[in-house]
Amino acid sequence: MSDLFQASLSELMRQLDRRACSAEEVVSDLLARMESSRDRLNAYVSIDAENALQQARAVDTARAAGKQGALLGLPIAVKDVLNVKDQPCHCASRILEGYRAPYDATAIARLREAGAVFVGRTNMDEFAMGSTNENSAFGPVRNPWNADYVPGGSSGGSAAAVAGGAAIAALGTDTGGSIRQPASFCGCVGLKPSYGRVSRYGLTAFASSLDQIGPMTRTVEDACLLLGVMAGRDPMDATSMDADVPDYAATLTGDLKGMRLGLPKDYFSDGMDSEVEQAVRIAVDRCAGLGAEIVEVALPHTEYAIATYYIIATAEASANLARFDGVRYGAREQGADPLDMYGKTRAARFGPEVKRRILLGTYVLSSGYYDAYYLRAQKVRTLIRRDFESVFKQCDALLTPVAPTTAYRLGEKTNDPIRMYLGDIYTVTANLAGICGLSVPCGFSEAGLPIGLQVLGPAFGEDAILRVGHAYEQATDWHQRRPAL
Amino acid sequence: MSEQNKAESIDVKYVAHLARMHLSDDEATVFQEQLDHVLEHVRSLSGLDVDGVEPTAHAVPVHNVFREDETSRTLDHGQVMDNAPVARQGLFIVPRILE
Repeated sequence: MSDLFQASLSELMRQLDRRACSAEEVVSDLLARMESSRDRLNAYVSIDAENALQQARAVDTARAAGKQGALLGLPIAVKDVLNVKDQPCHCASRILEGYRAPYDATAIARLREAGAVFVGRTNMDEFAMGSTNENSAFGPVRNPWNADYVPGGSSGGSAAAVAGGAAIAALGTDTGGSIRQPASFCGCVGLKPSYGRVSRYGLTAFASSLDQIGPMTRTVEDACLLLGVMAGRDPMDATSMDADVPDYAATLTGDLKGMRLGLPKDYFSDGMDSEVEQAVRIAVDRCAGLGAEIVEVALPHTEYAIATYYIIATAEASANLARFDGVRYGAREQGADPLDMYGKTRAARFGPEVKRRILLGTYVLSSGYYDAYYLRAQKVRTLIRRDFESVFKQCDALLTPVAPTTAYRLGEKTNDPIRMYLGDIYTVTANLAGICGLSVPCGFSEAGLPIGLQVLGPAFGEDAILRVGHAYEQATDWHQRRPAL
Repeated sequence: MSEQNKAESIDVKYVAHLARMHLSDDEATVFQEQLDHVLEHVRSLSGLDVDGVEPTAHAVPVHNVFREDETSRTLDHGQVMDNAPVARQGLFIVPRILE
């Protein structure tokens, strides 16, 4: 077998079941590709080849003994923000230098139980703060389609690895678009589950009311596979919901008959790149051709989403990142007293974007400003949530662009935070409202950069958006295109 | 909202103190300008009428999640302490607070 590294999880599973290849062959083929693409992509912060091969050999032995598992022998890459027992978890930050996870995140434990093989940790924006992957202590990730462009962020390493052949599938996390936007920029599938769908235990918190773990894959079918394993109530995360986990793959009908899909007119406004708009409109027509009824809908509070998001997300981040003070884990800078030690450790070890967000979050929570900023943003969040509640009474899912543009050039937005933040306009709303969202490839710009279609669904309506994404994917060949590395 | 409508500037050094994070003068200058710019955008919320609107703290309304009060295994103490920058006898060591 050759080019195992270009297959999907489902294809590899069929081959493993037929004994057309072994897990060891799959993993060693992938490891070779991870190594050969390392300089070009910088998608991984660490690769533990020996450990991965050991896991794969153990799987082959287990398979020979008749063991079964939903992911038995399938290699998964993990974003550097998730705890995997005995592995480092740097969150792409210098402040977590030396840290080793004493436990598995629940999502990891469930994948492990299903037989997944963990091959490496993917690069990201420090503490998942960023839209370009340029805010990493391990250097920027490069877009697999063009090395002068960013992969998006914050799950840029996961997206670049999956699209660039350096991972079959990966985990990402999404607080304001960090799975969907890099999936769009790199040309792979990215799913942000509804808030409460996947346990956050063991995910290093950025903004606890917005964070979700989700799969980044080559096909929608693969996203179904990983979500099905990770989803469901976990006593270790009180916000994980006790809702039924459907057999997602069984909901993939391949058509959209009887579905009503909404087109939010507020998303097709000024500021969207014309190539992006054209690709998305053609994709909408394609969905209509597959049997969907298309209706125009309104999300009137969209223009307030970025302001609301950056108040709430930074407020929560400032509280969550208070734990990095040099006392219990990670790096420490010497100080004359504890306050001096905290101040120096945080000054020396956090990167500029993390510092900016801690400052903004501390400010909007500080005495005299709390009501005017934070409380007000929480109220606007209610209005945004209601927008979606009302829209999902009129349709089953929404079709939108993922981002207003294709990938940025490296360095293009580094010194202009607000311009960077505005690029998150179509993704942050899903996190604020707690709904689910999927990014699927829907075309390329003239410059050869991928464009993504976003499918938004109601809370715990992953089955609907996966069905839409899959039907669209099966009718097109965008997801089969591979960059020449 | 009147205090917001003023083009108010963020006191970056003071906020950094609240966040227990030292800043260099150069950083303070750059962050000051960038954050003032961000706050200018964020103030667009003041134009919206939110009277009587309940705040949303969590997208999914869950309250008071209870569990049985049973003991269970937690993380291994030794492995947790291995992550400490400085530890002695199972305790985290920090600079002296009292003379």
